Amino acid sequence: MIDEKFDAIVIGAGHAGNAAAYTMASRGMKVLQLERGEYPGSKNVQGGILYADMLEKIIPDFREEAPLERHLIEQRFWFMTDRSHTGMHYRSDDFNEDRPNRYTIIRSQFDRWFARQAQAKGAVLLSETTAVELIQDAYGKAVGVRTDRTGGVLHADVVVLAEGVNGLLGARAGLRETPKPAHVALAVKEMHFLPPEVIEARFNLKGNEGAVIEAAGTISQGMAGMGFIYTNKESISVGIGCLVSDFAENKTSPSELLDAFKKHPSVAPLIEGSEVKEYAAHLIPEGGYKAVPQTFGDGWVICGDAAGLNNAVHREGSNLAMTSGRLAGEAIFQIKSRREKMNAENLSLYRKYLDDSFVMKDLRKHKDMPALLHTQAQNLFLTYPQLVSRAMENFVRVDGTPKIEKEKDTFRAVRKARGFGVIGDAVRLALAWR
Amino acid sequence: MAQEFQRVEEKLYQNRYVVDSGKPHITVAEHKTPSANLLAMTRICPAGCYSENELGQVEIAADGCMECGTCRVLCEPSGDIVWNYPRGGYGVLFKFG
Repeated sequence: MIDEKFDAIVIGAGHAGNAAAYTMASRGMKVLQLERGEYPGSKNVQGGILYADMLEKIIPDFREEAPLERHLIEQRFWFMTDRSHTGMHYRSDDFNEDRPNRYTIIRSQFDRWFARQAQAKGAVLLSETTAVELIQDAYGKAVGVRTDRTGGVLHADVVVLAEGVNGLLGARAGLRETPKPAHVALAVKEMHFLPPEVIEARFNLKGNEGAVIEAAGTISQGMAGMGFIYTNKESISVGIGCLVSDFAENKTSPSELLDAFKKHPSVAPLIEGSEVKEYAAHLIPEGGYKAVPQTFGDGWVICGDAAGLNNAVHREGSNLAMTSGRLAGEAIFQIKSRREKMNAENLSLYRKYLDDSFVMKDLRKHKDMPALLHTQAQNLFLTYPQLVSRAMENFVRVDGTPKIEKEKDTFRAVRKARGFGVIGDAVRLALAWR
Repeated sequence: MAQEFQRVEEKLYQNRYVVDSGKPHITVAEHKTPSANLLAMTRICPAGCYSENELGQVEIAADGCMECGTCRVLCEPSGDIVWNYPRGGYGVLFKFG
């Protein structure tokens, strides 16, 4: 039983929680951080890509010590049918810079390191401790949490809910709803181990260079979803995710979906001969701006995946989590230094910081995209990839058919599949992107 | 195209777990016939924790659970299941994550 009262209790030691704990502890605040895993990272799953800029704003020299896998110099987008992919690649030697922009990371190692930095600044970490209840006073102000280990209630002026997409505390206290099946994707991932030189040869890399493949198309069997292949130092992360509502409707086995992706003729050679050392599953918030819950209240704020802060269009989440944790920490510190109360009125400063940052600006920009992906899944993920593949085959295959016939075939296929709907789809997509 | 799939149990064998014996963190509420979502879990649970018994009811063995929350999102609001996290330190412990 811990009797002392803390300035802040942070629930969770993922990107958001660690950023919040570090930000507050480094400013001299008394911070308690709770983690239900054996150590920070042991419950966390990500693809995963780290965005340097957002971590630099917290720990400027993180590159010296943080466990990073590869810095990314190449991004591939694959539009897939069952037997083909049409790709767009962007590779630039400019990404071989002194301070690279993006890295692959392995969460169990990275989170452990990040949490240790917060501890070095004075944050107290309690691992193997599951927070089970947010404690509110008679007026509804959050005053602490109850855990499964410490017996009584742990008290603090403010509770930072960085409990992840599937966090229970906020929902149980009525601060946010359980995520809707159409607002979360289920992603499954395997870690495929190979010698570094094999990975480098297969992906055309040298040294610590890394590449990323994001793939969409028939691999998701008509569901709204994407596959991904990320290069780590000695392993390749291979995964696929689709909306939970689509999984439930189609009754598709995620494990089998991943197996089919791995066997795709474009994917199989990349991971051939690898040793799989882990199979993981995780939810990803995909509801976008419109699904973001109330982010602050009397004695509490909510950060990261728990607040649905994920940019589904750009496949960004870790940076939004980190930034929201940092901004929550900064807002709380501001309020504390003014010796003011941690009430909703004052904690609205956190929301103001969020609104002024790229976090909310980006989410607002794409606020109509989640609904579009949901309603147009069949066209976007089944019909169009097949049309693109057919157009490319007509363009590339030389078999004596006159080019005019090949072009006619391409246009006939489009007209037959979507008619003038193709124009409407393009307009809807452009509007949602705007 | 016929596909051969690896059994989920074989995949889970690679993972590290500390099982809290006798204290499952997810329980299925008693039912005569399962709801559509609960029945769907027998297909879409990524760890294959849900199965249908000979009476057509859905059962759970949560030892291989990866704590993703898919079943919570689909089945908790309707009361089909009760969902908690395992006690601190128990459950899946990702080596890589």
